[in-house]
Amino acid sequence: MLLTNYQTDSFYDEMFSPEGGIRQSYHILKSRIERMDDKELFRRKTSAEKALLSLGITFNVYGDDEEEERIMPFDIIPRIVTAHEWRKLEEGLKQRIRALNLFIQDVYGDEKIVRDGVVPAEILHSSTGYLKECKGIVPPKGTWIHITGTDLVRDGEGRMLVLEDNLRCPSGVSYVLENREVMKKTFPELFASLSVRPIYDYPIRLRGMLERVSGKPNPSIAVLTPGIYNSAYYEHSFLASRMGVPLVEGTDLLVKDDYLFMRTTRGLRQVDVLYRRIDDIFMDPKVFRKDSLLGVPGIFEAFKKGNVALANAPGTGVADDKVIYSFVPEIIKYYLGEDAIIPNVPTYLCSREKDLSYVRENIGNLVVKAANGAGGYGMIIGPTASRKEQQEFLAKIDADPRNYIAQPVLSLSRVPTLVEDKLEGRHVDLRPFILYGEDIYVMPGGLTRVALRKGSLVVNSSQGGGSKDTWVMGQE
Amino acid sequence: MLSRVAESVYWMNRYMERAENYSRFLDVNFQLSLDLNEDANRQWMPLVYTTGDNELFTKKYSHPTKENVIHFMSLDAENPNSIVNCVLRARENARTIRENISTPMWEVINEFYLNFKARKKFEESDMPGIVEFFKSIRNQCLLFYGCQEATISHDEVWHFALLGRLLERADKTTRILDMKYFILLPSHEEAGATLDLLQWLSLLKSASAHEMFNRFYTRITPKNIAQFLILDKLFPRAIRFCLNRTFDSLKILSGTEKDSYANEVERRVGLLLSEMNYASIEEIFGSGMHEYLDRLQIRLNGIATELDETYFRN
Repeated sequence: MLLTNYQTDSFYDEMFSPEGGIRQSYHILKSRIERMDDKELFRRKTSAEKALLSLGITFNVYGDDEEEERIMPFDIIPRIVTAHEWRKLEEGLKQRIRALNLFIQDVYGDEKIVRDGVVPAEILHSSTGYLKECKGIVPPKGTWIHITGTDLVRDGEGRMLVLEDNLRCPSGVSYVLENREVMKKTFPELFASLSVRPIYDYPIRLRGMLERVSGKPNPSIAVLTPGIYNSAYYEHSFLASRMGVPLVEGTDLLVKDDYLFMRTTRGLRQVDVLYRRIDDIFMDPKVFRKDSLLGVPGIFEAFKKGNVALANAPGTGVADDKVIYSFVPEIIKYYLGEDAIIPNVPTYLCSREKDLSYVRENIGNLVVKAANGAGGYGMIIGPTASRKEQQEFLAKIDADPRNYIAQPVLSLSRVPTLVEDKLEGRHVDLRPFILYGEDIYVMPGGLTRVALRKGSLVVNSSQGGGSKDTWVMGQE
Repeated sequence: MLSRVAESVYWMNRYMERAENYSRFLDVNFQLSLDLNEDANRQWMPLVYTTGDNELFTKKYSHPTKENVIHFMSLDAENPNSIVNCVLRARENARTIRENISTPMWEVINEFYLNFKARKKFEESDMPGIVEFFKSIRNQCLLFYGCQEATISHDEVWHFALLGRLLERADKTTRILDMKYFILLPSHEEAGATLDLLQWLSLLKSASAHEMFNRFYTRITPKNIAQFLILDKLFPRAIRFCLNRTFDSLKILSGTEKDSYANEVERRVGLLLSEMNYASIEEIFGSGMHEYLDRLQIRLNGIATELDETYFRN
């Protein structure tokens, strides 16, 4: 019933082929949905959302007093990825992370890639994520990016592309794990028949990876949060809890003789590994932002001396820069001698004269983003912006061309989503989480974010986006 | 454990205990007001005195009517100690230490807060459901304690939780007893009359102590009640009981033997406890009960301050 009037319109639909046939991976789900009456799905969705609220699985919205905590709207129709497709994505993500790690090591080392003319020096050094203080550092095991959340999208032709890299503090993994728990209650019978690959071991793997970084047999680990008003506070607390390590705030920590300690009821206790969930520049007021109250004075020196391991290492933000992102295919080629398995979205750099004039002519068909923007802020979607907004944005670009990139408006793929009492197609992206330890682990699945407003392409939770569970099938 | 976590778990429990006590005070006073047909508003202001928030109250409200006092003590967002604020702060504390408490415990406190958040104001028309309302608050607090007792390890976290609960409870019991000083000083013709008895009875009920009192005493007299609520060794709201348990937890936390002390907070609790172990109610009445309770409150505050210094300010 729910699916009889479903329209794919002209979009790539994850569940239906253009001719209206069902894709192989969705067969079982479809017949399950068809056996439900119209209200049943909705009831299950409501009870799933109530459970999330009760558990306090919320995120905070800035500048909204009345309702500062919200649950991320959760849709119970999963996104299903075939085993075959996943194998390729997994390989592509590993390749990308390996190359980016080598890149970061190089830019804080000899800068060979600059000398060989692959990435221009002025672009590298003008990146806000590039921390000159990191020059000469080699973090433990040479690993800079321990945890990554890479955003993938599928375009109108069905190709998977990398939209951006999140190397500093990627968030959302707690929703992935909690959504899965809810889905296991909602569709228990489907898990067995699709042999959905499990993800519950992520916190265990995360802990194992962090232990390894310290090089000690029984290291003391902590998760650093900016505090309960941070939008991802729930996640910080969730991960600390699942790993069985303390969740600390800046004020719980202090540096003495270049070692990091936390304040306990029995005095100071040393910290060997810190999974930090605050941005680079807030980490140490002695070195970076002087006004930061979130960080720990002296922690950077302790890190440099190898007395505490930080995950991710400071300085990794350089690769989050969307201008640097546009060079990733070349970066992969340069360090690994391979072609990128997952391509980038075509990207125009406003700092390039030729690209900029193209952007000027075509802003109505482009998405323009700040190089260091996040959360759907600092961007313009050409086709939906007024002429005036476009002009205003062009003026911003002219004032600081280095800080802007443009990409074609992608027609993101859609997944059926429960809207009021029927299913409608809504655009999605996908953020898998990757751990760099002994080897590289890619969580099978990830956070599928969904733009809940009809026609919207913006999936960020701060902009009213929701989430779906992602099922990677264990067999074809 | 982190000092901040110890502090949060302590305050989470203090606030829950406070919310529970307030709901009991309000409930008992409400029921009492139904028995005292005339002049029913007369006994609401003493309740505000009991909480120590009388200045704020008189600044905000012109009359201590039933509605005003109930609103002030339960829903008023500007009263830092109103039940809604206690629940809010207990939950904020819980949020900052979630990895140290169990999911069931967090769910109890989170749902408590979510249910409460919707209520904004008290009207005369809310009165029919008010007894149920107070009861549900008490029940949610008790559910919280039960959940805490049954689902978290009885390690340091647990002992800091107990300390918060016990110190708050001891403080509130001194305040309940002191209520008699503020309200219940009867005029000559009323002394010993029905009204007086009713008031003493309500005092016992405010401490949920009515049945237990009856098991040990045959007559409701001021002296018996004071003896029970101050000096009883086994009743959980009696001040001596609370201090006894406080002492036990402190000993476990510091690992020192019974006849010595590791820090100032232990010394103070030990000192007060040994005085109470050998106190007599005659002596307390002789020196003036209000003055005695006053000194007790000051010493309890001193204990809380020393606890803070010893464990939370590292």
